[in-house]
Amino acid sequence: MSWFRKPPRYTEINRPVKKTEIPDGLWMRCEKCDEMVFRKEWEDNLKVCPKCGLYSVMSARERIASLVDPGSFSEKDAGLASVDPLKFEGYADSLAKNRKKTGEKEAIICGEAALSGCKIQIGAFDFNFMAGSMGSAVGEKVTRALERGGEQRQPVVIVSAGGGGARMHEGMLSLYQMAKTSAAVARLKELSVPFISVLTHPTMGGVAASFASLGDVIVAEPKALVGFAGPRVIEQTIGQRLPDDFQTSEFLLEHGMIDRIVPRKELRPTLSLLVQHLSN
Amino acid sequence: MRYLDFERPIEELDRIIQQQLDYAQKTGLDMEGEIDALRRRRHQLVRDIFYSLTPYQRIQLARHPDRPYCPDYIRLMMTDFVELHGDRLYGDDPAIIGGFATIEDRTVMVVGHLKGRDTEENIKRNFGMPNPEGFRKALRLMELAERFKKPILCFIDSAGAYPGIGAEERGQAEAIARNLMRMARLKTPVIVTVTGEGGSGGALAIGVGDRVLLLQNAYYAVCTPEACAAILFKDRAKASAAVSSMKITADDLLQLGVVDEVVAEPIGGAHQDWRETADNLREAILSNLEELEKVPVDQLVAARYSKFRAIGEFEEPRRKPVPFRNPSRASKVPPEADSETTFSAAAC
Ligand SMILES: [Zn+2]
Repeated sequence: MSWFRKPPRYTEINRPVKKTEIPDGLWMRCEKCDEMVFRKEWEDNLKVCPKCGLYSVMSARERIASLVDPGSFSEKDAGLASVDPLKFEGYADSLAKNRKKTGEKEAIICGEAALSGCKIQIGAFDFNFMAGSMGSAVGEKVTRALERGGEQRQPVVIVSAGGGGARMHEGMLSLYQMAKTSAAVARLKELSVPFISVLTHPTMGGVAASFASLGDVIVAEPKALVGFAGPRVIEQTIGQRLPDDFQTSEFLLEHGMIDRIVPRKELRPTLSLLVQHLSN
Repeated sequence: MRYLDFERPIEELDRIIQQQLDYAQKTGLDMEGEIDALRRRRHQLVRDIFYSLTPYQRIQLARHPDRPYCPDYIRLMMTDFVELHGDRLYGDDPAIIGGFATIEDRTVMVVGHLKGRDTEENIKRNFGMPNPEGFRKALRLMELAERFKKPILCFIDSAGAYPGIGAEERGQAEAIARNLMRMARLKTPVIVTVTGEGGSGGALAIGVGDRVLLLQNAYYAVCTPEACAAILFKDRAKASAAVSSMKITADDLLQLGVVDEVVAEPIGGAHQDWRETADNLREAILSNLEELEKVPVDQLVAARYSKFRAIGEFEEPRRKPVPFRNPSRASKVPPEADSETTFSAAAC
């Protein structure tokens, strides 16, 4: 269920910001507003264009660093990685390429951290790794993070960017990760341990239709694409163009599917406050 | 009777048999011998075709328009069916049906996808592709069964959840996710059977059970072969090439541990003999149900968790690579955390 072969054209955010010809990369040109942007300023602004507000994709490690207390993150299940159980055409190559491209073994990074002093379990998807799709390894890491939260009674925060949904290359094993992770959320709820789901661009298919939609509280970044079926699939099915705001965070908020839209800069204080409220 | 491309020789023979029957009736001649010979030839022909099916031809069998559907299984396996409607939130989705029925002296809740057999009925049933209200109706009925301690029988036969504007507006992803979460913890036995198409999240949304059975020619897949081909080969028409890569037919699924049991279909496929298909399935469901009914309910729920928990293959240094385990056989019950104690700020 890989919805994205190329970046979706339905929202304007998260397109990679082009580097300019300037060799040291101190300055970049924003793809949306075409303004020259000082790279350091853009990075300090958590990869949001300071001129026009364009959101770019954050890597999993950048995401975690932006949310937790400095130096508090300790990675878990770091070596856990996908194999090619079906010997699916092209999968082994694709895994190798994505590992090289991102420097990560899998599409999610998980671990323990502190958020304003409160110990949490955190996981963050890496959209650059096979479109953040969920195969056996991602499903296992999500499940373990949820289970650790239950065992240690620590709130669990998962930042999804699972645009690829359930990873086609592992067939039914991927589909069943939806059931596995959702079952783990069910147990966490029975224990009254909080689970906060953060939806970022894009979160679709099997990731959206499992743990990501099951947070006690669900927040989303502005203009993120979130939904079940890919927009192109829907357009082909119904034979008409979709409205511009379709399947955006704003659309989800309007339809009662999420609690809040939280700008990237406000994500950390918001999560911190939520964890406090849920813990008291 | 409708015929698939590879069933054309059977169609031809059926036509000849019918001609002979008509002729015998018209003339009053005794043609038993000839007709019997033709029937034997037909039987052999069906056999020959059936045993040399390609994986993609089996997908076509799974989609055969004359295959028995959920109401047929209800009629052939159970009595006293009372259909129940609506999700109590928005509407009643005709792509999923459900209700109480009796099977071997006990009440069960039946929930299943329903496609149409012709264009008119398919439009009414949305080709068996549920909207969120379908999944929510299914969950409402399953929770009703749980409350009154009735086992649940789910029948999967859908190409997938409906990709539409309304479906997204009403939370297709949330509806599926909630079903997965709730089904994982239902305090009553759940037996799932994939009877035809097991297409993606829309199938799984009624597919979390203690036992997952699969009819011999049914398939169960993360996406349809056509969608897979569109991604792999940029061409939906290359679905037959995609199928073998996808590992979605009975033997593969059994080996992956995705299904627990494969239920035999008559020679030629379920559509050749509904009665035999239903009898085989009834026997398989009842024997599983009898086993599950003996298990105390917390153990049942814990074993269901372990079953799905064990699915997946990955590698991990330090620990050995996780080998394949068939979860139904390795039904070890994990210790569940004490749910009495609640989360407190002390954990921070
Ligand atoms: Zn800009």
